Amino acid sequence: MFVAATLAILVSLVLLVVRALKGPTVFDRLVAANSIGTAAILLLAVVGFLTGRPEFLDIGITYALLNLIGTLAVLKYFRFGDLAHSGGEEPED
Amino acid sequence: MQMVIDILSWVLLVAGGVFMVISAFGVNRMPDVYARLHAASVADTLGAGLLIAGMMLQAGPTLVTAKLVMILAILFFSSPVAGHALARAALVAGVRPHVDHPEESGEACGPEFNVEAIPHETVREDVKLIPSLGGRRPASRKAAAEPKTAKPKTSKPTRTAAKPARKPAKKG
Repeated sequence: MFVAATLAILVSLVLLVVRALKGPTVFDRLVAANSIGTAAILLLAVVGFLTGRPEFLDIGITYALLNLIGTLAVLKYFRFGDLAHSGGEEPED
Repeated sequence: MQMVIDILSWVLLVAGGVFMVISAFGVNRMPDVYARLHAASVADTLGAGLLIAGMMLQAGPTLVTAKLVMILAILFFSSPVAGHALARAALVAGVRPHVDHPEESGEACGPEFNVEAIPHETVREDVKLIPSLGGRRPASRKAAAEPKTAKPKTSKPTRTAAKPARKPAKKG
């Protein structure tokens, strides 16, 4: 049964990669990247069950934490062109 | 008893996989970034929820289940935050929502995209729009925001003197 779930997650990953490559704006790519992160977490968990190694779940927790921070960091970078910017003012070139 | 748990876990895992594929199809087929966010949230709620519930039934009351609950909790808290930040960043950058019938859909999301309908703090005057991302300030914005002269962010003399060319001509 884990094989079916793994195949479904792999199919959704392929579709999301297509959107991440095609996306007209950077926000489309980020939506796809965020969903790719979620699918990677679930793929790690399911493959861990499939191969009988539930230690993969720890890596999944780390991915889940990094996914949000990565999305926010990329958004901030494309908004301000700078990650150290405070966000309240306009960036200075 | 074990067979009942197995069948239930089967059903949950397959349903979760189906929802993951549906969400990925939606991300590919939806017309603009806001609708794609709507489709992507299906994977974060139903897809992840059903898949992890199926795995929890297989794991039983062990440490693995605790870790799965942790993953589910992190996903349930982080994915709305990421979605909200994405939608707000797209709105501030000037990406307009796509509507089928602009004349019927009210003031907020027509082709003119009347920014008076959204709160003034949301689309700020000092936001530098990025044209390569589709950012385009609506034409009605300048005339509408002209009487509101209270813009403390842009009133610094060094900044306005440094780069006058890149800014949208809002002062006229």
